[in-house]
Amino acid sequence: MSNVPADLRYARSHEWLRELADGTVEIGISDHAQHALGDLVFVEAPAVGRTLAAGEACAVVESVKAASDVYSPVAGEVVAVNEALVKAPELINQDPYGAGWIWRLRPSASPAGATLLNAETYAAVSAAG
Amino acid sequence: MLCASGHLSPFFCARWEYSLGLRTPLYDLHVALGAHLVDFGGWDMPVNYGSQIEEHHAVRRSAGVFDVSHMCVIDLRGARVREFLRHLLANDVARLTLPGKALYSCMLKDDAGILDDLIVYFLGDEFFRLVVNAGTRDKDLAWIRARAGAYEVTVSERTDLAMLAVQGPEARTRVAALLAPSEAASALQLGEFFGADIGAYFIARTGYTGEDGFEIMLPTAAATGLWRRLNELGVQSCGLGARDTLRLEAGMNLYGSDMDESTQPLESALSWTVAFEPRERAFIGRAALEGVRAHGEGRKLVGLLLADRAIMRSHQRVITPAGAGEVTSGTFAPTLGRSIALARVPAAGAVIGATVQVEVRGRPLAAQVVRTPFVRHGKALV
Repeated sequence: MSNVPADLRYARSHEWLRELADGTVEIGISDHAQHALGDLVFVEAPAVGRTLAAGEACAVVESVKAASDVYSPVAGEVVAVNEALVKAPELINQDPYGAGWIWRLRPSASPAGATLLNAETYAAVSAAG
Repeated sequence: MLCASGHLSPFFCARWEYSLGLRTPLYDLHVALGAHLVDFGGWDMPVNYGSQIEEHHAVRRSAGVFDVSHMCVIDLRGARVREFLRHLLANDVARLTLPGKALYSCMLKDDAGILDDLIVYFLGDEFFRLVVNAGTRDKDLAWIRARAGAYEVTVSERTDLAMLAVQGPEARTRVAALLAPSEAASALQLGEFFGADIGAYFIARTGYTGEDGFEIMLPTAAATGLWRRLNELGVQSCGLGARDTLRLEAGMNLYGSDMDESTQPLESALSWTVAFEPRERAFIGRAALEGVRAHGEGRKLVGLLLADRAIMRSHQRVITPAGAGEVTSGTFAPTLGRSIALARVPAAGAVIGATVQVEVRGRPLAAQVVRTPFVRHGKALV
């Protein structure tokens, strides 16, 4: 049973999105995703300043088992990247919704308009496998 | 993020059908301990109980316990058993002169292709024990049974035994703490690569991690109790994920990945396991192997070390100045903090210290050809 915080929104491809008070959004991968991947050892995050399209593959998380692309849930400009993941990629395993955040974006459109799943729907989708 | 866009190790096969896998006597315990279970060659086995990297570190730093009951124990008995094994195996059991001593060997086909790698124990004048891989047990048993009759050797598969591997610098003392005093003394006196019946157990000072430790064969009903007592002494439960990173750091081959029936020992970094002397010993595959040896170079299996923050995986192409080869096993090495691999390359490209290109997720990355093992006694050698 994986953790799916109710205050976040989710993509089918297992990314989560949190709206921050300053209008930016914070993005990472879900508890379901980190559990499926196992121990993460390398994280390649997008460069600050890069413009992303919604659904664009822009990061890679690599575990001992496999590498996986991470897709941006919404379009925007990358404003920050979690530098702690360079030395401690396991933060994603330990705290996928907190210290394991991967990048922050200034979205090009209001996130309210994005077709993302709420927690209940994502929980059902990811449980179904 | 879509799962598994890279290569999964051959270890971790997805189970799409609804059939039950084979289960060891420890299956219920693995479930109770919260293991993440996957199919491994038809067996439902624990990959990890939590963090496989922490399990790896526990073995290098103190002690871990593995369920290896899926492996196959075969007892061979008869007046001509030694003669039979000197014919069957590429290594020479005549080297086993002290009771309890063990040897690592390949079992070859007539064309010198490797059927399996195994450990053989000399336990009596008319008694040897083999431990063979789980995935090859049916094939191995059929091969051995078809040839044992000519030497009047009886073949007995020991399905009554479970097997635990306890590995790490503190493994032997933890196991000894669970034995009666005289048994503990016998266990601690075992030399490297020796095994003996000690109380209710057969204890061997062997392993697949590059650390000291024991492999313990015991009645199936006793396995869960021993595991739990080891946990109580602080021995970490460890799964197949850690087993793979440990063995690769130790430079140990995995049958099915680093060698198989289409490869022979000289191109699998296993020349040291083939006893060509004495010349009169007609072991299966000898003639073909001598032909290969006379013919010259061919391919070699080498160690690779990657500097970049990426992971080498099986089947990735390796480009050397002498032509292309392939990664046979690759992983992240927790003790080194970077990726290591074994790769089969043209012999002229197998130069220690040379740089080769490995195609990782479509990009050529520079890797260094290194000697194995990569780690010894818990310390990096590269």
